Amino acid sequence: MSREKKQKQGKREKQESHRTRWFWVFVGPFLLGLVVFTYVPLGWSVYLSFFDAHNTVTPTEFVGLGNYTALLRDDAFTSSLWTFCLFTLFIVPTTYAASLALALMVNRLRRAQAFFRSVFFLPAACSYVVAALIWKMSLFNGVRFGLANTLLGYVDADQIAWLSTTDPPWYWLVIVTVRLWLQAGFYMILFLAGLQRISPTLYEAAAVDGARPGWQVFRHITFPQLRTTSVAVVLLLVINAFQAFDEFYNLLSDARGYPPYARPPLVYLYYLALGQGQNLGLGSAGAVLLALIVAVVTIGQARWFGLGRKEADA
Amino acid sequence: MTISRRGMLGSAAALGLLTACGSNTGRDGGGDGGGGGSGPKLSHWYHQYGEQGTEQAVKKYAAAYDKARVSVQWRPGNYDQQTAAALLTKSGPDVFEVNGPTLDQIQGKQVVDLTDLFEGVRDDFNQAVLAPKTYDGKIWGIPQVVDMQMLYYRKSLLEDAGVEPPRTLDELVDAAKKLSNKKVKGLFLGNDAGAGVLGGTPLLAAGLELVTEDGKVGFDDPAAARTLGKLHRLYADKSLLLGAPADWSDPSAFLQGLTAMQWSGLWALPAVQKALGDDFGVLPFPKDGARGRPAVPVGAYAAAVSTRTAHEQAAKDYLKWLWIERTDYQEDFALSYGFHIPARISLAKKAAKLRTGAAADAVRFTTDHGFAQPLLWTPAAQTAYQDALNRIIKDGANPDSELKTVVRKVSAELDRVKSK
Repeated sequence: MSREKKQKQGKREKQESHRTRWFWVFVGPFLLGLVVFTYVPLGWSVYLSFFDAHNTVTPTEFVGLGNYTALLRDDAFTSSLWTFCLFTLFIVPTTYAASLALALMVNRLRRAQAFFRSVFFLPAACSYVVAALIWKMSLFNGVRFGLANTLLGYVDADQIAWLSTTDPPWYWLVIVTVRLWLQAGFYMILFLAGLQRISPTLYEAAAVDGARPGWQVFRHITFPQLRTTSVAVVLLLVINAFQAFDEFYNLLSDARGYPPYARPPLVYLYYLALGQGQNLGLGSAGAVLLALIVAVVTIGQARWFGLGRKEADA
Repeated sequence: MTISRRGMLGSAAALGLLTACGSNTGRDGGGDGGGGGSGPKLSHWYHQYGEQGTEQAVKKYAAAYDKARVSVQWRPGNYDQQTAAALLTKSGPDVFEVNGPTLDQIQGKQVVDLTDLFEGVRDDFNQAVLAPKTYDGKIWGIPQVVDMQMLYYRKSLLEDAGVEPPRTLDELVDAAKKLSNKKVKGLFLGNDAGAGVLGGTPLLAAGLELVTEDGKVGFDDPAAARTLGKLHRLYADKSLLLGAPADWSDPSAFLQGLTAMQWSGLWALPAVQKALGDDFGVLPFPKDGARGRPAVPVGAYAAAVSTRTAHEQAAKDYLKWLWIERTDYQEDFALSYGFHIPARISLAKKAAKLRTGAAADAVRFTTDHGFAQPLLWTPAAQTAYQDALNRIIKDGANPDSELKTVVRKVSAELDRVKSK
């Protein structure tokens, strides 16, 4: 090997080593944080789930699967899972339909498109806690000066205690609308991006073939072309629904606790493990069960939509 | 590998940032109180009180202690959860205010035995609130003040409707119905229709108990279902105010004329007096049935010492000074900012503000009908009971079958804590 070649190789090796060093300088702290603050607690939580751990994170009494069986026999936990299913059934289709409708509307605008895009997207920047408190205290409080009840007053209808009645369950209206308001703008942006990726030649060809604009074009061109965006949106919506906590907690809890209706699993586990009971073993078992449910549902959903399958197989 | 100056600076900054993130342990002078004394540093946590001046008062007490440097931390937010989590680590408080301590905290050895601090003064503490701080004959927290709840009613509204102040639960149900119209509701028991705040009060009013003296379920009795069923009538009659902007602990709904009667605390009395003058009265929760008796729930935040403190004796000495020896501070804390009954009987007796009008009635109710939630009534038992009460009141669920489930769950909880 010539001297020049050797020099070049040495320089390349030096650059390589620099790159490795800088890689670890930038990635190392985050990796360390991930391990210390995510993986270790995760592992510890799984460990705790096999112990009787009241008011301690270093338990000694091994109970095997006792916490898991206790939780699966606990009516409050199983009913919280049903609450979650009900919530998902409400929120996923409504958010999907609302964000798609908004995207189609905004996409058709010839003027002020950027303005309306921003207007609909802005709520996504609002905190769930703040939005929940506005819904609870201003729009849907149960007295005569709440906005919803003021409107009812104009038509001489009775006041409604939106969050306190179970028959009919008006609280669902409050819970679903707050999340819809917060989320629809974000998913609208995803759909807008999808819509803008559809080639105009498809619409031109359809027009030449005599397709009627409107429903026919939407059904046979726009909607099928949005398939990949739709899959991503539905996946995100389901995962977000699993993580529902903030709006439920802030709309329905008070200093003395939380009503048994509309109590999703995360809220129940929060009271179980981090409330005054501090049953960290049972809470950890619940967290593991929930993680398994989320994983199974997500994998099942991904397979259903054919995610990861090669184009040719699809 | 050579490290450049720029690389070194970058790494140092990153390390500094990481260190800063984990530096607030809450123990050292970083807190916003500030003891003026010498000796060990103690961190003292309080939950955020709504009453103005309380924070400055507790900081003033801490600053006056000269045998330790006490730093007061005034903690807004969900205090019970904060302390419960903090007690699992070494970064928690040395001394802290606690809505308890709970039995699991005592059995989990998270709080220090304070029995020796009570030598010579044990009988001077209100026994109703001292009992839930006592386990195995030892005292685990010093009650600071006594808080009680009662029924406020608007005299003029009752007179206009021709309703007498209710003395039985049936009278309360009837009165609430008669007082309800399109603009005003008869009764406000909180936005959850009373499931949270009433707790065991209706059971006590029916002559029952939550837990008996020998540690058994105290409401496995048909009278319990009968009484709780009557609470559903209040809801079904549409006599209850629901969805008010402020909940039961705040007298706003009562003062704004949204309700003719409201269940609230003694702490609301100054605001009610200021707004309504003499146009109100107070009552205990009315009795129900032949064995019934009026009932008034009482409770007390306590001062406790964490077992994780490095200065156990100093912490105990400080608490003894503040909550046992300095009776002037105790009286000031109870009556100068909010409105509470001092935990010491001798102080409560001599407090001028508690000798007349509704305040005197409240003190009498506390003495005659006061009951505190027993220590054996664990959070898990409370959740099971509260869920059932919610379903009984709002859904009209069968009280008998709901209570059977609660009795089973509470019995299991009692067995668990007694086996430790």
